[in-house]
Amino acid sequence: MRFSQAWLIARHDIRLIRSRKGIFYSLIAMPLGISLGFSGLIYYIAASGGSSAASYLPQFIDAFSFWFVIGAASLPTTIAAYGIVGEKVEKSLEPLLSTPTTDGEILLGKALSAFVPTMGAVWAGSVLYMGLVDWGVWGTFGHLYFPNLDIAILLLVLAPLVCLYSVEVSILVSARVTDVRSAQQYAGLVFLPLILLYVAGELGKPVLNDTNLLIIGGVFALIVLALFSTATKTFHREEILTRWK
Amino acid sequence: MPGSMIHAEGLTKQFGTLTAVDQVSLDLAEGEVFGFLGPNGAGKTTTVRMLTSLISKTSGVAVVADCEIGKEADELKLRARIGLLPENVGLYENSTAYENLEYFGQLYGLDGATLRRNIERLLRTMDLWEKKDVPVATFSKGMKQKVAIARALVHDPILVFLDEPTANLDPEAAKMVREILLALKKEKRTIFLNTHNLDEAQRICDRVGILRTRLLTVGSPRELETRMSGNRTVVKLERASEAIAGAVEAQIGSGRVEVSGDQLLVDVDDPDRQNPVIAAAIVAAGGRIRQLTQLSTSLEEVYLKLIHEEALPS
Ligand SMILES: Nc1ncnc2c1ncn2[C@@H]1O[C@H](COP(=O)(O)OP(=O)(O)OP(=O)(O)O)[C@@H](O)[C@H]1O
Ligand SMILES: [Mg+2]
Repeated sequence: MRFSQAWLIARHDIRLIRSRKGIFYSLIAMPLGISLGFSGLIYYIAASGGSSAASYLPQFIDAFSFWFVIGAASLPTTIAAYGIVGEKVEKSLEPLLSTPTTDGEILLGKALSAFVPTMGAVWAGSVLYMGLVDWGVWGTFGHLYFPNLDIAILLLVLAPLVCLYSVEVSILVSARVTDVRSAQQYAGLVFLPLILLYVAGELGKPVLNDTNLLIIGGVFALIVLALFSTATKTFHREEILTRWK
Repeated sequence: MPGSMIHAEGLTKQFGTLTAVDQVSLDLAEGEVFGFLGPNGAGKTTTVRMLTSLISKTSGVAVVADCEIGKEADELKLRARIGLLPENVGLYENSTAYENLEYFGQLYGLDGATLRRNIERLLRTMDLWEKKDVPVATFSKGMKQKVAIARALVHDPILVFLDEPTANLDPEAAKMVREILLALKKEKRTIFLNTHNLDEAQRICDRVGILRTRLLTVGSPRELETRMSGNRTVVKLERASEAIAGAVEAQIGSGRVEVSGDQLLVDVDDPDRQNPVIAAAIVAAGGRIRQLTQLSTSLEEVYLKLIHEEALPS
């Protein structure tokens, strides 16, 4: 497996994505919206709560941070679906497969083309969010809230894992459908469990503490590995040429 | 075997219970242009996909460009050496002609300078250099086909597989593509050409094979015509006679000459060699030739006969 060859494919696909304005803008808009919208809410809560806000503000900040994980799961589905369905529509997989590139390299390239822009956007948005929140709550807490261990686990462990999970599901789904829309619909199911976790957290259940986040991360890591072996089997050139529709 | 580009023996592909390609054996020498003829569903594309290691073979052996088909260690080496124009062009429609070629050149590992040089040379040959920065979505079918051919050649492969390069093109575009094929032939590239078009095969190919799941026959177009037809030379004389017929028979072999009115009908094996002999024998026997014509089966007739009868000539 040559990473350079996979990266060639990823770079090519990312360039194609940039020309799809809808995908490109949603990639920017969602993380930006989360940062601006939620930091604005935090300002409002902090300002209206006065000094007592320090006691309940962290709960809000942490809950809002979780949205970056949801973003990491939802953003790559369209890109990954286009990466596969687009090639099917243009019938460009056969020439691609006839180049000296292994199936694994193509699969990795496709995954990277969805993973890299998504995580780039999510991390950029979260840095903005952390900066804005710190700036806004400095007066309330008397110290910086971010960075902390929670957000580190969310952004560096959980977000990449759910992003990979979402990418893999999208690739598997796209292999079986012929249009991007149905790929998205199926792949949309992937972040349902995340929404459930989020809602549970909002209802005051202590589900999103550090230990639990790491456990959830561990579960996703296992799922990612299991899906990876399924994906490599699905992404087999003979399978692609003779069975994919 | 030195100079061998393709050596296949008993190559077979089954899809479930359907045998798509059955026991195909063939050899291609370096620099040869080979035409693979056969009706829809004959197994042409399947054969090419096996030879290019895109799909596995069910049984048989094949060595292509010195790489063994089905041997994993040889796969990347094989693909680096060959070029493929698939049945569907499969270009990235929103990318320009240049970008399409550039991407593939990079996948083939060409360095920047070589890549730029090859792309420019190919696009100029295809008469598309002026349009290099235009998205191929705006191109005509013929232009797209040319871009796809250029893509198959971008890494200077020693062996090129072209799967029906002129199918679905209008006559003018088809002619344009055929001219490119002839130019490739002049460059001494080895070409494996799948086609339905007999005229094309006859004009471009050194040898053709006729496939209908099994390989029915292989030979040069000329050879096939002769082999199949029981070739006849018809000589129209001022006056035909048994004496003249006897003189011809003495040269060509007994039982091969028939008199019919003022014509002699002669069975020949090799018209190029035997016709002058026939003419000389007639003149020497005092006959006066008005006209000498070769009755032969055209490649088309050979093709249709084989496809329908599935007779296997020796
Ligand atoms: N993936 C597949 N699964 C099952 N059968 C297949 C598959 N691909 C091809 N076949 C069958 O194999 C046979 C040969 O098909 P192939 O495409 O090789 O023919 P072809 O000579 O290229 O035809 P055409 O001139 O239409 O392109 C056909 O009967 C076809 O239906
Ligand atoms: Mg075909």
